[in-house]
Formats: sequence, structure tokens, C-alpha cells
Amino acid sequence: MLKQDIKKPKNIFRSPKMRSDNLKAWFGSHEALNEISLSIPTFHVTAIIGPSGCGKSTFIRCLNRMHEVVPGTRIQGNVYLDEVDIYGSSINPVNLRKRVGMVFQKPNPFPTMSIRDNVLAGLRLQGMKTYDSDEVVEKALVRAALWDEVKDILKRPGLSLSGGQQQRLCIARALALEPEVLLMDEPCSALDPIASAKIEELIHELRGKYTVVIVTHNMQQAARVSDVTAFFYMGKLVEFDYTEKIFTNPKYKKTEEYVTGRFG
Amino acid sequence: MNQELFLSSQVDLKAARSLKERLIKALFFFCAAVSILTTLGIVGILIFETWNFFGKVSFKQFFGDTQWTPLFAQKHFGVWALISGTALTSFVSIVTALPLGLLAAIYLSEFASKRIRSFIKPSLEVLAGIPTVIYGYFALTFVTPCLQKIIPGLAGFNALGAGIVMGIMILPIIASLSEDAIYAVPPSLKEGAYALGGNRLATIFRVVLPSSFSGIGAAAILGISRAVGETMIVVIAAGQQPNFTLDPRVAVETMTAYIVQVSLGDTPTGTLEYQTIFAVGMTLFIFTLALNLGAHHLRRNVLKGSL
Ligand SMILES: Nc1ncnc2c1ncn2[C@@H]1O[C@H](COP(=O)(O)OP(=O)(O)OP(=O)(O)O)[C@@H](O)[C@H]1O
Ligand SMILES: [Mg+2]
Repeated sequence: MLKQDIKKPKNIFRSPKMRSDNLKAWFGSHEALNEISLSIPTFHVTAIIGPSGCGKSTFIRCLNRMHEVVPGTRIQGNVYLDEVDIYGSSINPVNLRKRVGMVFQKPNPFPTMSIRDNVLAGLRLQGMKTYDSDEVVEKALVRAALWDEVKDILKRPGLSLSGGQQQRLCIARALALEPEVLLMDEPCSALDPIASAKIEELIHELRGKYTVVIVTHNMQQAARVSDVTAFFYMGKLVEFDYTEKIFTNPKYKKTEEYVTGRFG
Repeated sequence: MNQELFLSSQVDLKAARSLKERLIKALFFFCAAVSILTTLGIVGILIFETWNFFGKVSFKQFFGDTQWTPLFAQKHFGVWALISGTALTSFVSIVTALPLGLLAAIYLSEFASKRIRSFIKPSLEVLAGIPTVIYGYFALTFVTPCLQKIIPGLAGFNALGAGIVMGIMILPIIASLSEDAIYAVPPSLKEGAYALGGNRLATIFRVVLPSSFSGIGAAAILGISRAVGETMIVVIAAGQQPNFTLDPRVAVETMTAYIVQVSLGDTPTGTLEYQTIFAVGMTLFIFTLALNLGAHHLRRNVLKGSL
């Protein structure tokens, strides 16, 4: 496994890139997250697992303040990025999202834009000029393992790509902004095994340079790509530890049942 | 015996019911047929009278001239004078209505709270329900005098005032169809833009509006089509003078206004003067038909979800 390339420091939780502290989140009166305290280690991959509806998406959407985009939602508690409270009154969520990128479960390339324009969409949305950005486009697409497939068709609509290619395009779009943290919500759920393998490879490459949080329903995938794993159940964080520990010797029975596929 | 009676009445009932159903069906068919036949009849008469007209006046006289004086001794049939009047007033109206309608649609769909929405939407519908004759007097007695204070040399009857008021008239269609189009943009696209660090305005202008381009285009075309066919406002406020001009400050006559002028006058039926209105009507019909087909095409694209 590629994972062995990186030497694991003694305690990767010591200076986390992000950290939530007693985080609660609501949709209307429905409480989706209950007191989540979790540290996301810098330059490592954190997997979030748990049965459907347990709050995985809600949690990562709180990390880039996308939760509040949905009307009628509310949070309580704190989330820190480099030990700065991202829900502090001086923080503009728009600026936060420049540093904390996100890839959605369903590929959502912008339908009116070409492949190239999709990659540059973030820069343009942020009001930056993109006259000579060929380099940015190439770099992002190479990283997302899509360059070879699209380098001759950059002018074509983003929607003309296959689902797997579209998802990699969305990853390239996020990477073009060089975010410090990349949140991925089930990025492979719409993909075939080959496309999933490519994205897993990409996540391996991102390790060490970026902090990655990935939500997944695929236990093998979580075991393959992540350094640490958080198990959520009914809006609560049940267990959070090194991935090997979670999958081989979990502390709690619930976790064991879930990772061995006995429920969920 | 009883059993038999029961059965036979049951059969009667069934027959009666099926007869009733057939009658109702026939009635519906008749209603549908009436509207189709009416349309066919109108188009037929238009074609017939237009044909007669072009037996007496050549295509070249009609399309190759810019003077329109069929009611005078010195007759000219240059329809461009009327087309320019129609184009000019419609252009002014869409230039007025599209930005306003689009802003209203953006405001309603992206910014307005539920309470404000529930107040503005019905107001727009009221705007759509005002009789056009009232708009006409509004243009003549209020908008034009106001404009004359800012624009020196503005005639009392002019294309500008009539066009602006026509723009207000088509504002509700444009706003409501554009709002539908904006609403139809999937939230996932907006979330995608927010997640890339886009603020609200950037998201609207770079993602939402381009994605709803077809629907907004259809709204604009339908609005223009309404303006092209609008009669009362231009009859009252634009002045019934067939000037071949693109200057909105002077009086013009639209195709519709000319038709009204002849219809209300004492032109005897069957004369050449009388037939001009059919030739003009035909021209108008072709314009609005083309516009409606264009809008229909765009809207079908919206419904199919392709852009
Ligand atoms: N837009 C919403 N409005 C109301 N409730 C919601 C909304 N989105 C999610 N919820 C509720 O919040 C809870 C957590 O949802 P969330 O989407 O975070 O689950 P999840 O773990 O990501 O599930 P999945 O694996 O199915 O994606 C669920 O009970 C869900 O019903
Ligand atoms: Mg989810």
C-alpha cells in the first residue's frame, strides 16, 4: 500500500488542521448532529463512515459552512480551522470556502461551461482574471487524473464527459483553487470500479500535501485510503481512531458490527 | 323475471351511459374543432385577401418602398414604414422590460423573503390585468409629459413613451417566466458555485443566469411577441404617423395601429385601401408566428433540460 510511504508521526491528532468542538446541527427542529468533537489531522486522510442518515454529509458540510446554505438550518458549537473559529463573527464563509474545498456526491459540473471553463470556474467566481491560466488548467486536470483523456477536447462542454470523468472534473475544479482542505462526500458513489480506483489513487497522491476528509459507504475504500476513521451513528460520533484500529480492533461493539457488515 | 328486468335495465343503463359518454366526447370534439376551424378560417381569409392585394400591388411596391400612404391620392405601399414603427416600439419595450423583469425575477427567486414574495407576485399579476387602454392613457398623459422634461424635442405622440409603457405591460410575463427559468436551475449547481468560494452575486451571474438562458430567452421572445401585437397603447400614445424612422422621439405608426385606423374609418370594404389591412395583418401574423415558434423551441429545450 502507498500509505506506507509516509511516516506516521507519533500522534497525528496533536495539531489538527480542523477541529470540531461539541458541534450540533439542526434541520428545522430535527437534530442531525449531536455534540461531535473530532480532530482532523493535517496532511492526512480522514474517512467518515456510518449508516445512511447518521449525519456524515451534515458534518462535512459544517466544515465549510455549506450547512447554512440550506434554509431553516442551524448549528451550535465550534469548528476551528488552524485553531481559528470558522463560525466567528469576523469570518466570511465565502473566504472560508476558498480554503476548504468540496466535492459533492453527485458530479455537478456547470452545464453551460466547457471542460476548461469548469476547471477555471472557481477562480472566476472569486473574481480573478484568468487570461493565461493554461498552466492552472493542466495542473489541476493532471492531478485529477483526467488530463490525458481531455487534453484535446478542452473546449467541449463539461457535460459531454462520462459520469466518472465528470466527477474527476469536479475534483479538478476544486483542486484548481489549491484548497488546504478537501472535503469529499461519497465521491465514488456514482462511479464504476475503474473510475473509483482512479479517484482512490488521486487521494493517495493528495496525502502529504492536502488534508482530505472523505465520506464513504465502502468499507474497503475507507480502509484503503484513510489514515484515521470516524464512525458516526444516529448523529453521534461513536468511535474515532486510526483506521487500522477501527477495522481490526475497534473499542465499541457497534463499530465492529458496522465495519464487519453485520448492520447498516 | 325480476332478475331479467334487473339485467335488462342494467344493460339500458350501460347503453345510456355509453351514449352520454359519446355525446360528451362529441361535444368536446366540437369545441376543439371550433377553435381549429376558427384559426383555419382566419388564416384562410388572410391568405385570400392578401392574395387579392398582391394582384393589384406588386411585392416590390410593398417591400421596396419606405413610404406608407395608401389612404392618400398619391399612394405608396412601403410597409417598412409600419414595420419600423412596430420594431421601434417593441425594441423600446423589451429594452425596458428585460432588465427590470430579470432583476425582479432574480430578486424574487434568490433574495425575497416569503412575505415579500407573497406581496410582490400578486402585484405583478395585477399589473398584467390592467386593460391596455389605461396603459395607453398612462403613456400619453403621464409618461410622455415626464419624459418631455428630460428629453427636449420629444413629440407629444412618440415611440419612446409608448414603448416604455408597453415594457411595463410585458414586465409581468418576463418576470414570471424568467423566475420559472431561474427556479428550474438545480440547487446542486448553486451549491457547487458556493463551494468554490463564489458569493451570491457571482453565483447568480456566472452560474444561475447562464444555466437558465433558454428560459429567459423564451420569456424575452414571448414578451416581444406581445409587444409586436399590442394595439391600444400605440394607437393612443405613439401617434399613427407612418414615419420610416428609428428615432424614438418622433411619432410612428405600427402595423396594428394602422389596421385599427382603417377598420375604424369609413373605408369601403373590397377596395384596395381596405385590402391593405389584410396584407399588413399577414405581415404581422408572420412576425408573431415566427416569434412564438422561437419561444416554443427555447422552452422545449428548457423542459428537456438541455441548454
Ligand atoms: N435538507 C434536509 N432537510 C431536512 N432534513 C435533512 C436534510 N438533509 C438531511 N436531513 C436529515 O439529517 C440527517 C442526517 O442527514 P445526512 O445527509 O447528514 O446523512 P448521511 O449520513 O450523509 O446519509 P447518507 O449516507 O444517506 O448520505 C438525516 O436524518 C436526514 O433525514
Ligand atoms: Mg450523505
